[in-house]
Amino acid sequence: MLLEVKNLSTEFKLKRGIVKAVDNISFTIDKGEILAIVGESGSGKSVTSLSIMGLLQKPGRIADGEILFKSQDLNKMSKKELKKIRGNNISMIFQEPMTSLNPVWRIKDQIMESIMTHMQISKKEALARTIEMLDTVGIPSAAQRANDFPHQMSGGMRQRVMTAMALACEPELLIADEPTTALDVTIQAQILELLYRMREKFNMAVLLITHDLGVVSEAADRVIVMYCGKIVEEADVRSLFERPLHPYTVGLLQSIPQIDDDSDERLYMIKGMVPNPLNMPSGCAFSDRCDHSMERCTKEIPELREMSGRKVRCFLYESESITCGGISATSPSVGAMEGGSAIK
Amino acid sequence: MLKYIIKRILMLIPVLIGVSIIVFLIMRVFSPDPAPIVLGQHATQQTVEAWRQANGLNDPIYLQYFNYLKGALTGDLGTSYYTKTSVTKEIFTRFPATIELALVAIVLASLFGIIIGVISAVKKNSIFDNAGMLLALVGVSMPIFWLGILLIILFSGVLHWLPSNGRIDPLLQPIRVTGFYLVDSLITGNMDSFKDALRHIILPASALAMYSMAIITRMTRSSMLDTLQQDYIRTARAKGIDESRVIVRHALRNGLIPIITVIGLQLGSLLGGAVLTETVFSWPGIGAYTVACILKSDFPVVQGVVLLVATIFVLMNLLVDVIYGFLDPRIKYSKKEV
Repeated sequence: MLLEVKNLSTEFKLKRGIVKAVDNISFTIDKGEILAIVGESGSGKSVTSLSIMGLLQKPGRIADGEILFKSQDLNKMSKKELKKIRGNNISMIFQEPMTSLNPVWRIKDQIMESIMTHMQISKKEALARTIEMLDTVGIPSAAQRANDFPHQMSGGMRQRVMTAMALACEPELLIADEPTTALDVTIQAQILELLYRMREKFNMAVLLITHDLGVVSEAADRVIVMYCGKIVEEADVRSLFERPLHPYTVGLLQSIPQIDDDSDERLYMIKGMVPNPLNMPSGCAFSDRCDHSMERCTKEIPELREMSGRKVRCFLYESESITCGGISATSPSVGAMEGGSAIK
Repeated sequence: MLKYIIKRILMLIPVLIGVSIIVFLIMRVFSPDPAPIVLGQHATQQTVEAWRQANGLNDPIYLQYFNYLKGALTGDLGTSYYTKTSVTKEIFTRFPATIELALVAIVLASLFGIIIGVISAVKKNSIFDNAGMLLALVGVSMPIFWLGILLIILFSGVLHWLPSNGRIDPLLQPIRVTGFYLVDSLITGNMDSFKDALRHIILPASALAMYSMAIITRMTRSSMLDTLQQDYIRTARAKGIDESRVIVRHALRNGLIPIITVIGLQLGSLLGGAVLTETVFSWPGIGAYTVACILKSDFPVVQGVVLLVATIFVLMNLLVDVIYGFLDPRIKYSKKEV
């Protein structure tokens, strides 16, 4: 096991109260595995990744839990120890390629900085490695483009540069926080393909943070669905798309537009809005938007229950076995499965 | 880039013509007649007339200006009514003192301003930040002459650490090479002079630096607060590099543009002569001298100094713009933008 997150809670102390952005979540990533965390804005997925990297900014702080990287707790490490791991064993690419590179530094200097920080090699070797990395991520005439400044490159190219920078020290874990969100679809596919290739090449694990189920179906091995800071469902990618269990996951899958759908029906929409984090419903956070909400849902918070290799946080599955009933047998999931494959 | 610089320097010509017309008119319209001041109140009407005639003050004003311009083009800015020496020479003897004081002050102001500003931004809302901002507030609000007097009382009067006036002990005056005592004494290897010149410049430079430092501190703080929020700072942190490197090489480097702008403008105005500081510390610079000349209606000197100051301001702005190009690769001075 490469990374084990145990009961992680991250909160933001605001004047109007404490927001629990991440609420007691646990998951693991194995070597070479791609784990996707899916959720809408404010679900806590990005905060999770920043917590792992130790990059939370005030007023955010890790309130509780352990982040074990190769059995060492990152949260308990000194800043110095953490710096050795950051960019070296664990690295990260961000959502905004346009603004994530330093505008006044040449591409090569930004990548070399990372290499020279973590590897004991000469400047010349670092430059050679930089050009090699740029070449690996598919930047044409890498030796020349290395001298470019970020503003001389397109968004897709910049994301490749970010990726090259993140991979320069051959990390064991790459955290990709919405790596394709700001890019158009063809570039998006190229970047995902690149991540996939790099995974194969370096046997690197990837924590893929996204709100895009298309990306998940294409790239991930396993999926965690987050809602309001909690994990509501966890499954391998095939099971999730074939048979989503949690009503929220079902809703998400149903709201994917399908390219071969000729009917005039409006696209499905999950009703209501994400609750205000300062004023969460007393029971299940999804209860007021759920089509299957019961009286109990508004009073108690369901546990994340493990059932045949997957996990779900919903009362619908409390007593029943996974094979019969729930909402999994109804049509939405079938549509969702097709939706998933349509994206592929 | 070279083309751009040449273009900008050519733009000096209309600026100088405009400035010279304005100062010429102001001096002649608002200043008292210099003749009685020069000749004394007992001068006869005849001598006054003769003096006015000799100095061309009886010509129509456009002719006076035209003659002045003709002289200025050949490098002759006229002679002072009082000392009878040429204005260029007057400026040449006094200006190094002003430059020296301004440069030392701006170096002090930039150094402390940037350091305090950066720390205040990094430790936002901490005690240090509040103390730094209080200092900046005091710096912009405190009258410079009062600060100067306080410094003299403390370091010169009470503690006897530093001299209170002048540039140097006259006995230690170095041989003139550049006119900057600190430089001249070093060139000629005269360490006693150097130490004495340094001791003399500390108090006036500190007093003068205070205001600029306050402005630079505030600009640095706000610029750094902005750049520290940028995505590329997060990227830099994610690389695992030292926080000090993140702050200096990534954040400060990007936040420098507004800081350089205020430093350039501050230096421009300091070079115009710090009248109050020069007066309080009896510093033989151009500021106090010019004010004296304005009061005495010494037209040629005032005109010469104003032209010089205008030139410096334009060149200072050009220098700042050129530095932008080096600081930020996105800024290119192409034909279109000029």
